[in-house]
Amino acid sequence: MCLYLVLVLSVFLSIIQAVDRSNFKTCDQSAFCSRQRAMKPGQSSYRALLETLELSDSHLTVQLLNNNNKVLLLLELYRLQGNMTRVKINELKPVKPRYEVPDVLITDPPTELMSVVAQDEHRVVLSLGGEDWRLILSAQPFRLDIMEGPQVLLSLNSRGLLAFEQLRIQGEEAEEEVDQPGMWEETFKTHADTKPNGPSSISLDFSLPGVEHVYGIPEHADGLRLKNTDGGDPYRLYNLDVFQYELFNPMALYGAVPVLLSHNTHRTMGLFWLNAAETWVDVSSGQGSSEVPQTDVRWISESGIIDVFIMLGPRPNDVFTQYASLTGTQAFPPLSSLAYHQCRWNYNDQEDVSAVDQGFDEHDIPYDFIWLDIEHTDGKRYFTWDNNKFPQPKDMLQGLLDKRRKMVTIVDPHIKVDSSYKIHTEIRSRGYYIKNKDGGDYEGWCWPGNAGYPDFTNPEMRKWWASMFAYGQYEGSMENLYTWNDMNEPSVFNGPEVTMHKDALHGPWEHRDVHNLYGFYVQMATAEGQIQRSGGLERPFVLTRAFFAGSQRYGAVWTGDNAAEWGHLKMSIPMCLSLGLVGISFCGADVGGFFKTPSAELLVRWYQAGAYQPFFRAHAHLDTPRREPWLFGPDNTALIREAVRQRYTLLPYWYLQFYHAQRTGQPVMRPLWVEYPEDIATFSIDDEFLIALQPGEDDALAQTNSPPVSSGVTAYLPGNGEVWYDVHTFQRHDGAQNLSIPVTMSSIPVFQRGGSIICRKNRVRRSSSCMENDPYTLYVALDSQGNAEGELYIDDGHTFKHETDKQFIHRRLSFTANSLSSSDLSPDSQFPSASWVEQVNILGAQKPDAVTLTTTDGGESSVEFAFDPDTAVLTLRKPGMNAGVNWTLHLR
Amino acid sequence: MSCALLLLLMSLALAMGTGAAVEIQRPRGVPLSKRQFYEENKPFTCLDGSSTIPFDRINDDYCDCRDGSDEPGTAACPNGSFHCTNAGFRPAFIPSSRINDGICDCCDTTDEYNSGATCQNTCREMGRKERESLQIMAEITKEGFMLKQQLIHEAKRGQEDKQGKLTELQGSKKGLEEKVEALRTVKETAEDPEKEAKERHLKSWEEQKELIRMEKDKTRMAEAFLELDDDADGYVSVAELQSHLELDPDSDGSLTETETQGLLGGADKVDTSTFETVWSGIKDKYLSEGLSDPPAPVETPQEEETRDFVSDPDSDHYPEDYAGEEEDVEDDEEDDHEEEEEEKVPPTVQTPEKRADDEVSMPPYDTETQSLIDAAQKARDDFDEAERALREVDDQMKNLEKEIGFDFGPSAEFAYLYSQCYELSTSEYIYRLCPFNRVSQKPKFGGSETNLGLWGQWAGPEDSLYSVMKYDHGQGCWQGPNRSTTVKLTCGKETVVTSTSEPSRCEYLMEFTTPAVCQEPASLDEVLQGHTEL
Repeated sequence: MCLYLVLVLSVFLSIIQAVDRSNFKTCDQSAFCSRQRAMKPGQSSYRALLETLELSDSHLTVQLLNNNNKVLLLLELYRLQGNMTRVKINELKPVKPRYEVPDVLITDPPTELMSVVAQDEHRVVLSLGGEDWRLILSAQPFRLDIMEGPQVLLSLNSRGLLAFEQLRIQGEEAEEEVDQPGMWEETFKTHADTKPNGPSSISLDFSLPGVEHVYGIPEHADGLRLKNTDGGDPYRLYNLDVFQYELFNPMALYGAVPVLLSHNTHRTMGLFWLNAAETWVDVSSGQGSSEVPQTDVRWISESGIIDVFIMLGPRPNDVFTQYASLTGTQAFPPLSSLAYHQCRWNYNDQEDVSAVDQGFDEHDIPYDFIWLDIEHTDGKRYFTWDNNKFPQPKDMLQGLLDKRRKMVTIVDPHIKVDSSYKIHTEIRSRGYYIKNKDGGDYEGWCWPGNAGYPDFTNPEMRKWWASMFAYGQYEGSMENLYTWNDMNEPSVFNGPEVTMHKDALHGPWEHRDVHNLYGFYVQMATAEGQIQRSGGLERPFVLTRAFFAGSQRYGAVWTGDNAAEWGHLKMSIPMCLSLGLVGISFCGADVGGFFKTPSAELLVRWYQAGAYQPFFRAHAHLDTPRREPWLFGPDNTALIREAVRQRYTLLPYWYLQFYHAQRTGQPVMRPLWVEYPEDIATFSIDDEFLIALQPGEDDALAQTNSPPVSSGVTAYLPGNGEVWYDVHTFQRHDGAQNLSIPVTMSSIPVFQRGGSIICRKNRVRRSSSCMENDPYTLYVALDSQGNAEGELYIDDGHTFKHETDKQFIHRRLSFTANSLSSSDLSPDSQFPSASWVEQVNILGAQKPDAVTLTTTDGGESSVEFAFDPDTAVLTLRKPGMNAGVNWTLHLR
Repeated sequence: MSCALLLLLMSLALAMGTGAAVEIQRPRGVPLSKRQFYEENKPFTCLDGSSTIPFDRINDDYCDCRDGSDEPGTAACPNGSFHCTNAGFRPAFIPSSRINDGICDCCDTTDEYNSGATCQNTCREMGRKERESLQIMAEITKEGFMLKQQLIHEAKRGQEDKQGKLTELQGSKKGLEEKVEALRTVKETAEDPEKEAKERHLKSWEEQKELIRMEKDKTRMAEAFLELDDDADGYVSVAELQSHLELDPDSDGSLTETETQGLLGGADKVDTSTFETVWSGIKDKYLSEGLSDPPAPVETPQEEETRDFVSDPDSDHYPEDYAGEEEDVEDDEEDDHEEEEEEKVPPTVQTPEKRADDEVSMPPYDTETQSLIDAAQKARDDFDEAERALREVDDQMKNLEKEIGFDFGPSAEFAYLYSQCYELSTSEYIYRLCPFNRVSQKPKFGGSETNLGLWGQWAGPEDSLYSVMKYDHGQGCWQGPNRSTTVKLTCGKETVVTSTSEPSRCEYLMEFTTPAVCQEPASLDEVLQGHTEL
């Protein structure tokens, strides 16, 4: 099933006030990166000592010797269930432990038996299961090759770039190694990094024969397909608060997921580099041997160990399943969080909140959440309210609750150093702050001025933090108040690269080791707090800016501080697609653009695009003029209203997608190539996308966002032999063609794939909660064989009862042989729903003579219908059956 | 779902306590005004004419009409509209999407007939409250309107006063202009003889000064001669002069014989009478041997310049008449320069000598000249006085014209706000509105005032232009626009700022009550009538 979105924009590149690049390091300015990158491909100095090989049930170990300095490494190889291989390399005897990332894997990955197929003094051949899956370990030079039959799928260290800077005690001579500047201290701008542990970086190369397209490793403001980094900087993964980020740039942004996907017409694979330190990734595509295309990838990290998961696919959905089995799936969000969010820095006071709330009612635009940014607090002390502006937060929240709406307040991880602020004094007295290199509490500048940073890597700290969300602790909070974690890279205004000093200490570990994990833990602790405050009953909703692999388990992510420019609107698609590929489905960009002021046209187009992206929130910078949807004249208000209403009608569909995302780990918003893995034309498309379930299933929608002054756009409709229906006009188009679509300001070109059934709720109300009991309208889009399939998922929308008590409805809808029927996909679950089916639209239908409805109780009734011969749409009037029961509609 | 017909018990009595209960049958959500379109048991034609459906499909929870007119009482149509009678209060239309959404929208609870929401009928209470507040508003309006009449009256009178004053001032301006001209003639007539007498006096003083100077010079020359004539032979010889290195014409540090001879006019020695011509050539450089402090060792070109510069103010005398503001400016500049230079070069020894020279002052004017000066001064004073008076009248007229020209509303009812200021104190700031002038904000606890905008224009909507004032071009915002303030005027007995806010960064909103916007009140009956359906 897929919801298919095409976004085509003319990019009006105005004067772009770019990021101040000098604030952030290039590879050359990063000592370990430049050191590692200076090493060129060639014969590896490592040799596998096969005589040390040990094979147990779960894994194989073998020592690696660095011929240059005689240092020994230990290689561990695991064959994991689900067609994955894990490769771990650490020092055999490090002088002190090296950091291994905890808490990201949901479980110790279950292993499968590995057996030696063949062995001599040069190599060992291991079976990875099946007839012809092999792993070849070559001794000198050390290298690993993963084979399917005669074909090499992937090689490690084939370019000899394995490098492991062994830990040393400063002053002790290392054999054959000369200390270089930057190894024991490094200065960037005015910031010194003391590096008491000295050089500790690691590097490894991977070769992917036959691969031209690689994706992933977010977060970067760049196209979906990764570019060649030869001659430029590598893609950087280092969570940073980048002011006014630049487009088409490998610079690091707020979050990091070290997962890379490779794809060609017959195989999709993934590489998961489990390391939370600053990381650089070089991508180089070109001709390999014998004219076969090849992509080489090289990972460089500042510290930690090499721990890499090779996900062997072979299909895109297999890779998603494999990755989900390691880091978990997208948290199933409350239904309302999939609706529309209204945010601004800042809604000034209670009256302002009330006036904006009222504005939505006056202009009949639905919304579910209104957000309060940092100004709502008492002097940027999170968990507090500004007494003058928000004297009665509970009254305000009750007012929203009365309209079945909700609120989000911001809670950032920098804590104002103020002895009269309870949160601060508690954290200080419990010793929960991150320490500076000298052992005192680390302090830096952020919104409140001088601030401390709680050590979220400490489970005790996280437990305490979670307890602060209890209704009794967070004064003024109520059950319809949720949370936003911003600045959790962490952002330190006066720190190196606007973040924390790498020599700050998290217990025994340096910030250097854990940096990219910080935001992950902040969101984890916050989400846990929300669950706990309801006694484990309610699903949390937490938005985060910083993230890491596994962050999908804790809530939503947005693309940070973008700008009101056409280019940023366009970029929102590849940025969210990239996140979806690596498990983070609940993604969105600030609608309208955060910095600067959008034209009315840009704002309308952004609403139209945002309405079809997973996380749909408008946001604006403090210094920009107000931009609530009704401030741009009645025409634009109507256009925005229509876009938001389209979102609301599709909420059942979005909810179903997230239900599946949680169960399967498949992305909600996905690139075309994921559904059409053999269609090369789709491999580089990142201005169209699908909102989809598994391939082979059905619905699809496409959106084209048209540029100003343009009268039309061209969208690629994929799928040879497939048909697509324009969801507004029901016009039918063939797949595998470039379709010219005329557009106007009101156009949001979206297409439903033939063969799919989408359930909508067409009665759009004030908020999603108000639509709970409303009836469904089914859109049955027939494929060329006259068949269609779809699903419907219903639960209470906000609790864990679907898990704990099996309280949900999950149904299969299927149209075949002129009958549409609903059957139970989960007979052991139940949920009482008042919703019923008010209308069925069959697209691409023929006129029947009669339509009858059969229900399980044996009742049979005739259903009235209307057929429009121009559009070939058959509309069944009010069949009226409950959404949770079995039924069949027969067309005769 | 079946069609829901509703028996509506309409209380027409409202709060007035009159009238009888009437039963009127119509489908749920239909206003009485459209009742005739929904004829019972007859086919219903959608109000847009798009189709005709059986009567039992009205309010059957399925949308048949494109315009939503078949489902006025359900949420089935996206564009439907539901009518609440709200007996006891005001009837209202709500979007049909608010029917049975669990939120009480109609005070008579009729919108939540099937949602499980527990709504209280609050119409009577709301009606009562509204009547109360309408009553209060009506009273305020009434009183405000009376005040407004007064304001209009006062403004009219004020306007007339101002007009009268202006005419008066125009008259006196004419007289003053004539007076100024007459006094100018008197002044000029008195200044001619004054000028002549002063020049005469000055000339004779200059002559006298020249005599004194020459006398002094002669004395110096004689002293120099005696000083130079070391051997007291009555001649100054080359050798005797050669010791005075300061006289070196090429400033190369040595005074050669030839150079010295040149100074002596080619002679080897000169007697007192010939020395006169030599003296005139060397006196500027000559340093008396008797001075104990040596001069600046070598005269550098820089020092030469400096000396010229320092002497500038002395040589550049301003005529007394122009000694005014300008002089201060010039002085400042020169002081600056002097200071700069002084840092580099110490003052030369000659300066005190020159100052002493200047101290010789001019003798007082003789009686005749002095009386001419006194007469001229009086004429000048009289003239200045008359001119000042004329300027004052001009200013007054300008201010009056400006005020008369201001748009103070259709009946000048806002004129009383002119040159007044109104303040509102919030937790952080004191806001100050000076109508037709400016809006400002001052932090309560220290800090400087911020200009939130200068009077721009009336900015209400077309039908009530005078309900909104716009002040713009205030202090600029960082990375943002200049501050501006919108002032919303509402009817009130008092003239007072009731609230301020900053809805958008640097765009302020102020609520301001004044009787000047109070409209002529309709009678209370009319007010209430206008809000009921029947």
